Amino acid sequence: MASYDGPQTLFDKIWRNHIVASQADGQQLLFIDRHLVHEGSFHGFNKLKEKKANVSRPDLTFGIVDHYAPTRVRDISQIDPTIAGMITQLEDNCRANGVRIFGLNDPRQGIVHVVGPEQAITLPGATIVCGDSHTSTHGAFGAIAFGIGASEVAHVLMTQTLWQKKPKPMRVRFDGTLAPGVGAKDMALSMIAAIGADGAQGHAIEYAGSAVSSLSMEGRLTLCNLSIESGARCGLVAPDETTIAFLRGRPLAPQGPLLDRAAEVWRLLASDADAHFDREVVIAGADIAPIVTWGISPEDSLPITGTVPQPDTIPDEGRAAHAREAIDYMGLKPGMALTEIPVDRVFIGSCTNSRIEDLRAAAAVLSGRKAAVPGLVSPGSSLVKHQAEQEGLHRIFIDAGLEWVDSGCSMCVGMNGDIVPPGERCASTTNRNFKGRQGPKARTHLMSPAMVAAAAVTGRLTDVRDLMGGRA
Amino acid sequence: MKPFTNLDAKAAPLPFASVDTDQLIPARFMKRSRSEGYGQYLLYDMRFDADAKPIADFTLNNPVRAGAEILVARRNFGAGSSREAAVYALVDYGFRCVIAPSFGDIFSSNAVNNGLLPAQVSEEDAEELLNLLEGGYEAIFIDLDACEIRVANHVFHFKIEPVWRTKLLNGWDDLDLTSSYGADIARYAEADRTRHPWLQELPD
Ligand code: SF4
Repeated sequence: MASYDGPQTLFDKIWRNHIVASQADGQQLLFIDRHLVHEGSFHGFNKLKEKKANVSRPDLTFGIVDHYAPTRVRDISQIDPTIAGMITQLEDNCRANGVRIFGLNDPRQGIVHVVGPEQAITLPGATIVCGDSHTSTHGAFGAIAFGIGASEVAHVLMTQTLWQKKPKPMRVRFDGTLAPGVGAKDMALSMIAAIGADGAQGHAIEYAGSAVSSLSMEGRLTLCNLSIESGARCGLVAPDETTIAFLRGRPLAPQGPLLDRAAEVWRLLASDADAHFDREVVIAGADIAPIVTWGISPEDSLPITGTVPQPDTIPDEGRAAHAREAIDYMGLKPGMALTEIPVDRVFIGSCTNSRIEDLRAAAAVLSGRKAAVPGLVSPGSSLVKHQAEQEGLHRIFIDAGLEWVDSGCSMCVGMNGDIVPPGERCASTTNRNFKGRQGPKARTHLMSPAMVAAAAVTGRLTDVRDLMGGRA
Repeated sequence: MKPFTNLDAKAAPLPFASVDTDQLIPARFMKRSRSEGYGQYLLYDMRFDADAKPIADFTLNNPVRAGAEILVARRNFGAGSSREAAVYALVDYGFRCVIAPSFGDIFSSNAVNNGLLPAQVSEEDAEELLNLLEGGYEAIFIDLDACEIRVANHVFHFKIEPVWRTKLLNGWDDLDLTSSYGADIARYAEADRTRHPWLQELPD
């Protein structure tokens, strides 16, 4: 077994706390503190049935309806029966195994990566897994959180553990302060553009620096959410007073004296000053501009002031071919200004950007304005929806001409039927601009909620700073 | 799982970077149960046009590539979602190995859990392999023990996480290994109840 005498990273400390057993080849059996399941986890439950096994720790397993959740009607008898079947299958699997379920009509329902933090299922120092790659989101609390496949889902259901090889430590520092109009989404996309969509493969990223510690929990969640788009196994931020304040009083957080005791432990969860990182990337917060993607991978990102790349000037054969393929799929012209790109619709939602702050940022831009194109606003959870309505944000979206709907993954992945029609172009707060992600032949430009709101107002990709004039 | 030692099979070139999980299996096919087989949905939107007709110049629709068990692609293969269905689609179609300069981490571990070898080569070697396949070579030999790829008189080295290599060579399933650790797991949970009660016991 490795020795732990030297200085440790935050990641090392949490990892070490969870080792159940180690193999000579370096694999370690980790205890899993929180396992989140959703409709797509049915392959895992089926494997469990095949083996006639039980869920080992139903008390640490949480079922949440999100991927197939309808956003316009909540009456399950009114929706496509195959979609309804996906939802009831999850609810049934959870009930049969004594697993807590946040079902379609539960007032706490929402996207798994929004509900986890909201309910304090997510806690600092925990190991958290889910059959969904954006599980990296939960790292915002100083947790080791990563996505797993169906075979691993079955393994966790049966044993509450996973065999893992420890990823390499990497640190991304965002120093200084962000300019107005720039947020966590721009930080994440600029990092991915700098290191590539496979740049952090095999690594666990710790986000540090003053621009990270001054982010709200919402911002940290957005940043950690996109870790997977750089290829990282997970991303995390050291817990601090912002983290503890967020958790206080939430349903599944420790309460009273136990919270004080937990908080003491959480405050120690930080990398030692001389801890070793295999890789370090430093980005100046002040240099980050609002970013949009122009292509078909999150690494195809540029400041909104930029132009579509010219493949003929890219020396590397593979990369030039990728740029050509992306420009062709996206229906763009090499060298055109990004602000010349018209959009057909907008989407505000997904586990990346659908929390209350995201809705506030979009509403600040849309307030008193009309959207030039249609669009959908889907809050990250039913509780976020409720809060937004209390604050009157829904009126701003509706008055601008956008549709205000229920929460779920919605147009991020289109599984519930909310899709971008073929050939249409969508300005979207989501996380993947892959070919066909939002529907067959759909074209996606990723950006922050404020930037999506700006695109809605003008009907083309737009620098939100031009529309801010005094707005927050 | 069947052990993977070596493979002498036809290969298909897929000269694209970032062939992500959404392309490997579009989300709309993921409601099906595995027993129906996922192979027919592999790379669906690349293979078929809007009328569900095969796109003639796509590699998997080329009769020469029929029966291919090896896929050669550019960097960042399998990036994206954790959907194991992406691996099911490849395996059910008949693939046993994907060669690329880099892979999505979750994709690789899903692949290994289904006996599919993710063989990592340098970007130059991937380009050369693509050129060889497009230049008329059809078959590739893969030796997992030696981590070698052979085509005609060319030899390429590939990398794979040693733990995964052992798992593939032996055809091991994680659950077999874990079953001998039941007592350790129980002991861990018991100790953690004292160390981190907030992790082990939740309010109702
Ligand atoms: S919102 Fe999108 S990225 Fe997030 S969990 Fe749902 S489908 Fe995945």
